[in-house]
Amino acid sequence: MRFSFSRLFAVLVKEFVQMRRDRITFAMMIGIPIMQLLLFGYAINSDPKNLPTLVEMADQGPVSRAVLMGMQASEYFDFIGIVTGQEEGDRALRDGTANFVIVIPPNFERDVVRGLHPEVLLSADASDPAAAGGAVGAISGVIDTAIRETMTGPLRYAATGAPPFTVTVHRQFNAEGRTSTNIVPGLLAIILSMTMVMITAVAIVRESEKGTMEALIATPVRPFEVMLGKILPYILVGYVQTFVFLLAANYLFDVPFIGSRLAFFAGFNLYIIVNLALGFLISTVAKSQMQAMQISFFTILPTILLSGFMFPFAGMPGWAQTIGSAVPATHFLRLTRKVMLKGADMTDISTDMVNIGIIMVVIVAVALRRYRQTLD
Amino acid sequence: MTQTEMAISVRGLTKIFGKRTVVDHFDMEVPKGAIYGFLGPNGSGKTTTIRMMCGLLIPDGGEGSCLGYDILTESHAIKENVGYMTQRFSLYEDLTIRENLDFIARMFRMKDRRKHVDQALADLGLADRAGQLAGTLSGGWKQRLSLAACMIHKPRLLMLDEPTAGVDPKARRDFWTEIRRLAASGVTVLVSTHYMDEAIQCDYIAYIAYGKKLISGRAADIPDKIGLVSWRVEGPDIGKLEAELRATEGIGQVARFGAVLHVWGTDADALENIVAEQKKRRIHSWRRQKAGLEEAFIYLMVDAPDNFSVGAGG
Repeated sequence: MRFSFSRLFAVLVKEFVQMRRDRITFAMMIGIPIMQLLLFGYAINSDPKNLPTLVEMADQGPVSRAVLMGMQASEYFDFIGIVTGQEEGDRALRDGTANFVIVIPPNFERDVVRGLHPEVLLSADASDPAAAGGAVGAISGVIDTAIRETMTGPLRYAATGAPPFTVTVHRQFNAEGRTSTNIVPGLLAIILSMTMVMITAVAIVRESEKGTMEALIATPVRPFEVMLGKILPYILVGYVQTFVFLLAANYLFDVPFIGSRLAFFAGFNLYIIVNLALGFLISTVAKSQMQAMQISFFTILPTILLSGFMFPFAGMPGWAQTIGSAVPATHFLRLTRKVMLKGADMTDISTDMVNIGIIMVVIVAVALRRYRQTLD
Repeated sequence: MTQTEMAISVRGLTKIFGKRTVVDHFDMEVPKGAIYGFLGPNGSGKTTTIRMMCGLLIPDGGEGSCLGYDILTESHAIKENVGYMTQRFSLYEDLTIRENLDFIARMFRMKDRRKHVDQALADLGLADRAGQLAGTLSGGWKQRLSLAACMIHKPRLLMLDEPTAGVDPKARRDFWTEIRRLAASGVTVLVSTHYMDEAIQCDYIAYIAYGKKLISGRAADIPDKIGLVSWRVEGPDIGKLEAELRATEGIGQVARFGAVLHVWGTDADALENIVAEQKKRRIHSWRRQKAGLEEAFIYLMVDAPDNFSVGAGG
């Protein structure tokens, strides 16, 4: 009475038939990833441009105008109007009609010529640091350049001297700093985790909730045959999702894939399995499909927030990094970014593979301990 | 009787869920080829006992064998040879009738699977509806499909857990015809029920309440084992008398069988007094009779409250 391939096959056939009949879930398995890709890929931008800006101009000279031209050319600022006093500017920031108010002080041009180093004030709505950050970081350079280009000939002395050193920033792996290049590879980790965990957990709990588990285990079926038969079809779903993802990454978002295909293949297989195992573990805890769904959602939060998908991993406090390290997505996310954007091969991803492997061993061990062949 | 003539033989079977003892030192001997009725109110532990005997639950105490296999260590062999029909419809509603039978047949690794499935479909009279989803069947058909599914591997022992709950009387009668045919062919049938008309059809009876077996034995011996005293009453205005007797203290139980009233209980003296009182009126004829199975089952089952206060889950 050992492992039987014919019984495994029977469970597989049954799962596929059920999957085919459950059109809505099937559509979700393919639809959710595409939806997420489109939303995250197109909607999220961590370096926003064209932010509404008001101008308070107490000086109308060519230098001042050059400053404004420079700001407009940077694409960060989109001038929407002119204010005449501090109060008016503050109100616009408060009610959100403008993100920035730039104040050119009186006699700005004269003071520049006299070498008095006048101050230009950029009031920013920093309640959303991400929105203000890029523009604030760029403003000094923009004004500096604008003044230097205007102060030529005899006025050259007034232009800001070149700093005593230059910093050369070399933006590697994502030269244009595009958000989608960063987000899209990470998104695969989120999509697979979200759908794989939930679908497996729900599919298994459905058997006990509908009572079919009782008839199933009253037959001579082995636990391993049930587990494998239930998990294998969803590995296939994971393949389909990954395939759709790769197509979209390439054709819709122009995300490069420069690393080893073998490394990627090994990585996403391991990652799919660890997620299915997690789903299986959840199914041993949950009493109903609703509970399975809720617990699955609970695992999605740390996956999105602590994995380094939304926020830089290195910027999180130590305790959050510790929790984040226990999340499989953290390691798979690094792996995908390494392979797709940095041209990594098998040796480069070995640490990530080992980490996912350790998490998997723990999950499988707990799941098998909890799984019962009886109704106890 | 020797061990080998017993299809099921368990001793001291005990199951505890949390702090509740759901089945308490349960003994049962089911002879081969018998129809064994397993009676008891809702929540008395019938389902739990059956599940322990076919290897779906691990007993917390006790021992025994099923078809000669140890229930503690050989549950796999038991599953190969037992057909278990669950109380709730437990086939896949999103599979067709044929797919369900096919799946179960595959689970038992049957040779000539297609032939057996076709045969089962023909026996069921469902051959032309084989492609219909099981979820769309009516209660009676679902139950017949379940029976077909749990018999597809030709088991020597059937365990049927309230197979006719919620099924119309005609379907129930057909179902029992089938059960008797199976028993005649040598299959042992253990069937739990709380319908009296079904209990009467069994060769043997065990009655369980609050997880404890109260009585068991040949069906014919049950009334004597309980110690029932029964009277048969005939005469005019039997309905009025029935209402009057029901209101009388110490009467035991009263039930109408057509134009005749049966009155029975375990307290012979109390009954005797009431009967003497009635006889003085000379309206009805009172005759002592041997208590039958019907009276015994009504005695056991009618006044028994659901046992959910102590144990849920049948």
